[in-house]
Amino acid sequence: MKHLLSIADLSKDEAIEVLDTAAELARLSEGTGKKFPTLRGRTVVNLFFEDSTRTRISFEAAAKRLSADVINFAAKGSSVSKGESLKDTALTLQAMGADAVVIRHGASGAAHQLAKQEWMKGVVINAGDGTHEHPTQALLDAFTIRRHLKENQGDLSGIKVGIIGDILHSRVARSNILLLKKLGAEVVLIAPPTLIPVGVAKWEVGVSYSLDDQIKSLDVVMALRVQKERMNDLYFPTEREYARGYGLTSERMKQMKTKSIVMHPGPMNRGLEISAESADSQRSVIVEQVANGVSVRMAVLYLTLGGATFKELASSGESL
Amino acid sequence: MSVILNSGEISRALRRISHEILEKNHGPENLLLLGIPTRGAYLSRRIAGAISEIEKINLESGTLDITMYRDDLRLKAPRTLLPTNIPGGSIDGRDVVLIDDVFFSGRTIRAALDALNELGRPKSVQLAVLIDRGHRELPIRADFVGKNIPTAKEESVRVHLSEIDSVDEVLIEGSSQ
Repeated sequence: MKHLLSIADLSKDEAIEVLDTAAELARLSEGTGKKFPTLRGRTVVNLFFEDSTRTRISFEAAAKRLSADVINFAAKGSSVSKGESLKDTALTLQAMGADAVVIRHGASGAAHQLAKQEWMKGVVINAGDGTHEHPTQALLDAFTIRRHLKENQGDLSGIKVGIIGDILHSRVARSNILLLKKLGAEVVLIAPPTLIPVGVAKWEVGVSYSLDDQIKSLDVVMALRVQKERMNDLYFPTEREYARGYGLTSERMKQMKTKSIVMHPGPMNRGLEISAESADSQRSVIVEQVANGVSVRMAVLYLTLGGATFKELASSGESL
Repeated sequence: MSVILNSGEISRALRRISHEILEKNHGPENLLLLGIPTRGAYLSRRIAGAISEIEKINLESGTLDITMYRDDLRLKAPRTLLPTNIPGGSIDGRDVVLIDDVFFSGRTIRAALDALNELGRPKSVQLAVLIDRGHRELPIRADFVGKNIPTAKEESVRVHLSEIDSVDEVLIEGSSQ
């Protein structure tokens, strides 16, 4: 892997390699919190133009467990937007010797911009760009599903995943749909019509407007956060009405299959898309998703940065 | 390309190594066999099988992946991680025997010592290899050797094991003759 910009760039085999590597790393560091010397001397910059708790901390923890040096760069409050100023930031990071940049940006395509322009030599990892993609979240979700329903091996064939709620604004949903389908899972989107993007037919997934119709058949119930900060229009009448139609309540959970699991990428709006009892129930793997996030991000950092990088290989003339 | 050990010779060498491991450690009680994947893991399993047979016990064999500790990571594209599996969970206080197929520069074993260091504090660490081909670059030696084979540096030694290569044999290739 050269960069990780989008799930669309990954082959099925590459995706499974990330999951297998993460599984091995999770097993090795289980409970010990031990560090690997693998990325000693490499510098990872967390470049966050948008707020984030778990993704930034997760990348920081992952990089530190591999002994990399971590620099956190928060651009909150600055007037940075796309184009020239992102370029200047990139040039600065290049000058500081960043080997990898983990970027979160409000503009879709920011990570691509950083990688495709020759501003800096390092690896670029997309940690969420606008409403486009959030590939490491999709990988950690797939990892969590595989761990619970496929004994941590192979692909996700035979698994039916329902993604519920604000599909329209969700980069998590976009990356998840791409990855889940790549891994052979069946995906159904469940949301009010106003929160389903135009052109959804091209994604080749099921679409339903009723959670009650679908919930009995799902192996994975993935609730998405209602992204109030991105909602400039009225997408549903009231929060109570949304919760009644699409909220994951304990009544609905009783309808679920015996082995099925509840997921949420966080942060949760308790009482809106998921009730407090559901979030804290036995079926919920939401806290585990966070722990798995560290292993998956370690795997991504290892696979992009652990060996010789593409540029180093190109200059040494060795083949891949 | 020529065959330097055939199937019978490999199994006799492994049986002798099994006896030597038992003799040096005064029995199997505190032993922990760790094979270095890929082929070291299969050799380790065979040695564990032989020891179990000799001592009428059931000795498990484990694996130790050293990828994350290699000193040549930066020279190649990232490698796939292989499983690490420690029977009994801990290496603390045990007599660890590392098992690998070909012993060459010694760098693999140096990485394995680093990996062990992260896992705990064994009572002792010993090394068993099927082939010692010389050309050490580090001050490391083997305790148990199947066969010493003098080689030229540009030659390569290949170990084939029936578990993954369908035959048991050791080949040497790339010599100037």
